[in-house]
Amino acid sequence: MSEGLRLADIRIALDGRQMIALDRAVRPGAVLTVMGPSGSGKSTLLAFLTGTLPPAFTARGRIVLDGRDVTDLPAHRRGIGILFQDHMLFPHLSVAGNLGFGARGGNRAQRRARIADALTEVGLEGFGDRDPATLSGGQRARVALMRTLLAMPRALLLDEPFSGLDANMRSSVRGLVLDHARRRGLPVVLVTHDAEDAEAAGGEIFRIGRI
Amino acid sequence: MTRILPAFTLVALFGPVAAGLVGTLLPAAGYLPAAGFHEPSAVAVARLAAWPGLIPASALSLGTGVLATSASLVIVVLIVAGWSGTRAFRWIERALSPLLSVPHAAAAFGIAFLIAPSGWIMRLAATPLGVTRPPDLLILGDPWGLAMTAGLVAKEVPFLLLMTLAALQQARPGEAAAIARSLGYGRVTGWLKTVFPLVYRQIRLPVYVVLAYSMSVVDVAMILGPSTPPTLSVQIVEWMGDPDLEMRLVAAAGALLQLLLVLGALVLWRAGEKLVARYGRRWAAGGARHPGDGPVRALGLGLTVLSAGAVLAGLAALAIWSVAGFWSFPDLLPESLTGRTWARHSGDLAEAAVDTMAIALIAALIALILTIGCLESEARRGTRLTPTGLWLLYLPLLLPQTAFLPGLQTLLLSAGADTGHAPVIAAHLVFVLPYVFFSLGDPWRAWDPRHGLAAAALGASPARVMLAVRLPMLLRPILTAAAVGVAVSVGQYLPTLLIGGGRVATLTTEAVALASGGDRRAIGAFALAQTGAALLPFALAIALPAMLWRNRAGLHV
Repeated sequence: MSEGLRLADIRIALDGRQMIALDRAVRPGAVLTVMGPSGSGKSTLLAFLTGTLPPAFTARGRIVLDGRDVTDLPAHRRGIGILFQDHMLFPHLSVAGNLGFGARGGNRAQRRARIADALTEVGLEGFGDRDPATLSGGQRARVALMRTLLAMPRALLLDEPFSGLDANMRSSVRGLVLDHARRRGLPVVLVTHDAEDAEAAGGEIFRIGRI
Repeated sequence: MTRILPAFTLVALFGPVAAGLVGTLLPAAGYLPAAGFHEPSAVAVARLAAWPGLIPASALSLGTGVLATSASLVIVVLIVAGWSGTRAFRWIERALSPLLSVPHAAAAFGIAFLIAPSGWIMRLAATPLGVTRPPDLLILGDPWGLAMTAGLVAKEVPFLLLMTLAALQQARPGEAAAIARSLGYGRVTGWLKTVFPLVYRQIRLPVYVVLAYSMSVVDVAMILGPSTPPTLSVQIVEWMGDPDLEMRLVAAAGALLQLLLVLGALVLWRAGEKLVARYGRRWAAGGARHPGDGPVRALGLGLTVLSAGAVLAGLAALAIWSVAGFWSFPDLLPESLTGRTWARHSGDLAEAAVDTMAIALIAALIALILTIGCLESEARRGTRLTPTGLWLLYLPLLLPQTAFLPGLQTLLLSAGADTGHAPVIAAHLVFVLPYVFFSLGDPWRAWDPRHGLAAAALGASPARVMLAVRLPMLLRPILTAAAVGVAVSVGQYLPTLLIGGGRVATLTTEAVALASGGDRRAIGAFALAQTGAALLPFALAIALPAMLWRNRAGLHV
C-alpha cells in the first residue's frame, strides 16, 4: 500500500529506555488516535513525526507518506500539516496574512480568492483584515485549520487541538476538522488524552504509557 | 551561517582584547621598537615605580572602585528589600530605567554642575546663608575621589537595579519573602535572609563588572576625579598622549598594574562574599526578626531618590546651562535664555553627532547580527549558553579598558595600521556585543518554538521562519537590544579616544575634552546632545513597534 501514512516499526528511546514502539498504517481519510496521559510520550511521538526530536532521544523506524520516505526530511519538506491546542496563529499577521502564509502558489488574485473562499468555507467571510488576537477560540481554531489546509498537506497531525475549547465549540470544531480531513483524503494522527475525542474520531486507538 | 557567526562573535569579542593585552605586555616588558627599545628590560616597570604618584593613584583606583561598588550594591539591596512589590517601587523602576542609558560622562557633568562651589546646591544654600560669592572649596576633584565615587554610584544604581530585577525573575524566590514576613520578620530582614542569597548569585557577574569599571573609568574620573595625582587610569591615558614615545612604556607598565589591581580587587571581593555569606548564614539561622525596619526602608528610599534625582537634576542643569545667557551667582536661574551656545557650536555638534551615530549604528547592527546568529545556532542545535559561555561574554567587561586599549593602539600604530573609524567600531563592538546579547537573549529564548514548527509545517524553510515569523514577532526586543547597543557605543570614551587616534570626534570625546576648559554652556550643549544620542533610539524602539503593531493585540506588552 503506497497511499496514506505509514509509521513503520517506530521505536523511540530516551537514555536507552524505550518510550514508544509503534507500527501502523493510516489510510487516506482515516484517523489513528494516540492516547495517553501527560508525560507518556505523546509529544515525543509528535516531535519525531515533525522532525524536531531533541538529540537526547534515539529513534528508529521510517515515516512513509504516500510512498515517499520523509523520515530524514526537515519539517518544511514533509508535507505534514499540524494543528496545535493554542492554534499558533502568527500574532503579527492579519487573519488573511496567516492564511496567505500557508497558501501555496498562484498569483495575487488567485491567492486572494482562495483565502476568501477558505474563510467562507468555515463561516468567517469578511474576517480577513481582523487581528487574530481579537478572535474567539473557535474562530482561531477554524482559521488555523484553513491555514493548514491551504498549504496542501498530505497528512494531518492534531496535537490536542480541541482541548482549549468549551464543550459545544469542541464538538463542532472537531467535526469540522475531521470532516475536512476525510473529504480531502488526508491520513490523520490525533494525539489526545480525551476519550470523547478518541471516540468521535472513530478510528483505531493506540494507547501509550501507563494508563 | 549558524556555525560561522558564533565563531565571528568570539573573534569580535576576543580579537581586540587579546591583541590589546599583547600590545600592553610587550612594552611593559621594555620592548617597543618604535621608540628604540629592541630588547626586553625592566625599564618600563622601573620608571613606573619611580613615579611619585604611584601609590596614591593606585589607592585611589582601588578605593573609589570598591566604595562605589559597595555603595551602589547596598542602595540597590535596600530599595529592593524594603520596597519591591509596592507602588513606590514600580514608580522608581520606571524612573530609573531610562537613566541606565544616560552616558556616564553626561551624568558626571550634570552632577558636577550640581555640586561645584558655584553649582545649584550651593546657589540654593547661598541666599539663606547670605553668601554672595562661590566659596573657595575643592569639591570637584577632591583628593579622596568622593565626588567621583558619587558620580559612579548615581550611574551604577540603575544598572544594578535592573540586573537585580531580571535576576529576581530567574531566581524565582516565590513566596519566600511572604513566608518570612508571616513568621514575624521585618520586610528588609526577611528579604535579606531569604531572597538575597538567591538573587546575589545571579547578579554576581554584573557586580564584578561594576567593580572593574569603577576602578578603571576614565571619563568620569576626568570630570569629577582628582588631578594631582589623578587615578591610575587617567594617568595611563595622559602618558599615552605624551608626544615622547618612551612614555608609552610607562603607560604599558601602568596598564599592566591596572589589570593586576582589578584582578586583585575581584579576588578580594570574592573573599568578602564568602565572609558575608558565612556571617549571613549564622545571622539568618539566629532568628532575629527586626520587625521595626521603617528607618532602614526610609534610608533605602531616600538614597535611591537622591541618586536618581542627582542624575535628573544634573541633566536639567546641563540643559539650562546650554541655553543660559548671563547667569550670576547665587541666582538659581539665568537672567535670560539664549540659543547662542547651540548656534555657535552647531557645526561641531552636527559633525560629532553624525560620527557618533554612524559608529553606534554600525556597531549595534554588527552586534545584533552576531547575537542573532549565536542565538539561532543555540536554538537549532538545541544547546543553551553554558556558564563558561556566560563568563566569556562578561570577560571583556571584567577587564579594565585601560589594560588593553592602550596596547591595542600601540599595536595598531606599530603595525602601520590606520587608526580611524573601522578600528573604533571594532573596539566599540567589544563592549556593545555583550550588552546586546544580554538584552536579546531572554526574549529570544522565551519565544514559543511551536510558532516556528507551525510555520515549517506550512512549508516555510528555516530562513523564511526566521525572517517572516521570528524576527517580526521579536521586533520589539530586537529594537530594544539595538537601542542598548547604540547607547553603549555612544557612551564609549576611551575606545574612541585611543583607537581613533584623536581623529574620530564623537559627542562623548568632544564633551569630555571640554572638561578642563570650564565653558559650562558648551559642556551643557555637548553633554545634552550626547544624552539625546543615547536616549533617542530607546524612544524609537518603543514607538516603532507600537506604530507597526497598533492593530495586533497579541504583540502588545
